[in-house]
Amino acid sequence: MEKTENLLEINNLVVRYGGIEAVRGISFGVPKGKIVTLIGSNGAGKSSTLRSVVGLVKPAAGSITFKGEDLLKLPTETIVTRGITMVPEGRRVFVNLTVAENLRMGAYMRKDSIDKDLERVYTLFPRLKERSWQPAGTLSGGEQQMLAIARALMSKPELVMMDEPSLGLAPIIVQEVFEIIREINREGTTILLIEQNANMALQTADCGYVMETGRITLSGTGRELAENEQVREAYLGKAKE
Amino acid sequence: MSKMKEKAVSSKMNGGYVPGSSGHVYQKRRDPHHVRSAVLTIAACILLAALMAFYQKNASDHSYAISIIERSAVYAVAAAAMNLVTGFTGLFSLGAAGFMAIGAYTTAVLTIPLSARASVYYMNGIAPWLENLQVPVLVAMILGGLISAGFAALIGIPVLRLKSDYLAIATLGFAEIIRTVLAAPMMDQITNGSYGLNNIPGFTNIFQPLILAAVCIAIMMLLLHSSYGRAFKAVRDDEVAAEAMGINLFRTKELSFVISSFFMGISGGMLALFMRSIDTKTFQITMTYNILLIVVLGGIGSITGSIIGALLINGGQEWLRFLDEPLTVGGVSIPLFRPGFRMVIYSIVLMVVVLFWRRGIMGDREFSWNHLFSVFRRKKKASQGGAQ
Repeated sequence: MEKTENLLEINNLVVRYGGIEAVRGISFGVPKGKIVTLIGSNGAGKSSTLRSVVGLVKPAAGSITFKGEDLLKLPTETIVTRGITMVPEGRRVFVNLTVAENLRMGAYMRKDSIDKDLERVYTLFPRLKERSWQPAGTLSGGEQQMLAIARALMSKPELVMMDEPSLGLAPIIVQEVFEIIREINREGTTILLIEQNANMALQTADCGYVMETGRITLSGTGRELAENEQVREAYLGKAKE
Repeated sequence: MSKMKEKAVSSKMNGGYVPGSSGHVYQKRRDPHHVRSAVLTIAACILLAALMAFYQKNASDHSYAISIIERSAVYAVAAAAMNLVTGFTGLFSLGAAGFMAIGAYTTAVLTIPLSARASVYYMNGIAPWLENLQVPVLVAMILGGLISAGFAALIGIPVLRLKSDYLAIATLGFAEIIRTVLAAPMMDQITNGSYGLNNIPGFTNIFQPLILAAVCIAIMMLLLHSSYGRAFKAVRDDEVAAEAMGINLFRTKELSFVISSFFMGISGGMLALFMRSIDTKTFQITMTYNILLIVVLGGIGSITGSIIGALLINGGQEWLRFLDEPLTVGGVSIPLFRPGFRMVIYSIVLMVVVLFWRRGIMGDREFSWNHLFSVFRRKKKASQGGAQ
């Protein structure tokens, strides 16, 4: 892995829910301008890691820094203004608000004009422009995922964290979603991607980490991991067929 | 793709309303019939004002209609305020009667004419500081709203961390506590305890409650269309996503709860002026249920629905009064028609409405002329189709 400045740094992070340890002391960094993926099966602790970065979960131990600033003491709304956004698992668009209102909500913490970003998002996702007056609940699953990503971009983030963006989508839509992710990254946004769809994630990512039962068991570039015997057996077996 | 375009075109032809899309507010979308809508709205307002002026001029003949309209105005404010919290922010609060009681008592205590106080408080005497304290009615009402909002801010801190039914139970308990405290012997010299307060100055004409209600509801509507309103709806739709957007859940809920309670306090003050005498029994849980009924009937998440609901519930109870009169058909007196039968029928009607019209009259739409026209057009088309 080449050495670049880490935008996000996680050190010895421990997350506990009651007596259960979901994350057991993991450390990794997200270099600026890259796509980093965390892969692993259900319950490996991926989502808990993301949720503790944005302050939705309070970690039991460890440190999280963004551009050198400690995030652990900050409330979620401040973390958003620092330049981190999360695309939550399962899309979670505001179903009764229109597409345009959903996008506005993404820019909720911003005080400056958002017209330029609306324009940018609409060029990235022309379908959202066509449907800007429809309630988000009437969109298809794929369109809702696009809206969730677009909404996250509205806060002008430096780091976008996506929790299972391919969950429950048809393969052709998954392709589209990953193309969009690459496109956003090309425009300069750093991406931390959580996926169970290891095949797509490793193809897209610059580097990746494999999580198992709360620990990072493997790391490497996307290609290295994709060729790793253990990874192929555990995560890519079906996908390669 | 082509299907999508078709839909967009057809929605334009329908004046912004897409049939089959379960109906939603298309805010800020350019309305192709905006001139027609504006003209109709102004015409309706003038017509309404003329009707009210007519009632006002012949007040003694129409005192019945006037009292229904005034009561509806009071309940419309309360229902809109409850809708703000329940329908738009998704917090199931049952504290309405408590907040209204605070508003009503504040208004009453501060506005009873000084000359009448000795007779009002003849049983327990009046607190010395209150004896010569009187403020204009409007000031008293706003004060009532503010005190109510203050209480909401305080109890909101622990209570708003609860979810759905637990929140309902906690707010219900709060309302009961307020009622009990107001009736407590220690408060006798202020609230006159279980004797209640009377001699409250009433509305002098029908326009006062209507204009008050209109102003209150207009402020709530403006709030809902601002970025705060969007935040309320976002919290209602998905708390996790709202939090990820950087919305502070607690602060947003607290804001909605406090503003709603302010307007409930105002509507309580309006109720005191309307009834001219109040006691704590007025503010039992039945009152909260009545308001909830208006909200559900009108449509959860529709302010105009709450106004329509207030008219229907208050009017309906009166229009069904003939059921309480004895009825004789062909010399046989039908035994069901006796005092109290009205409430049985009323309850059955409500059950039927809630069962078969689950989203209420308006759903979560707001009233618009275009939608009204498109409903008629569809009905006409349907009947033509049936004839062929």
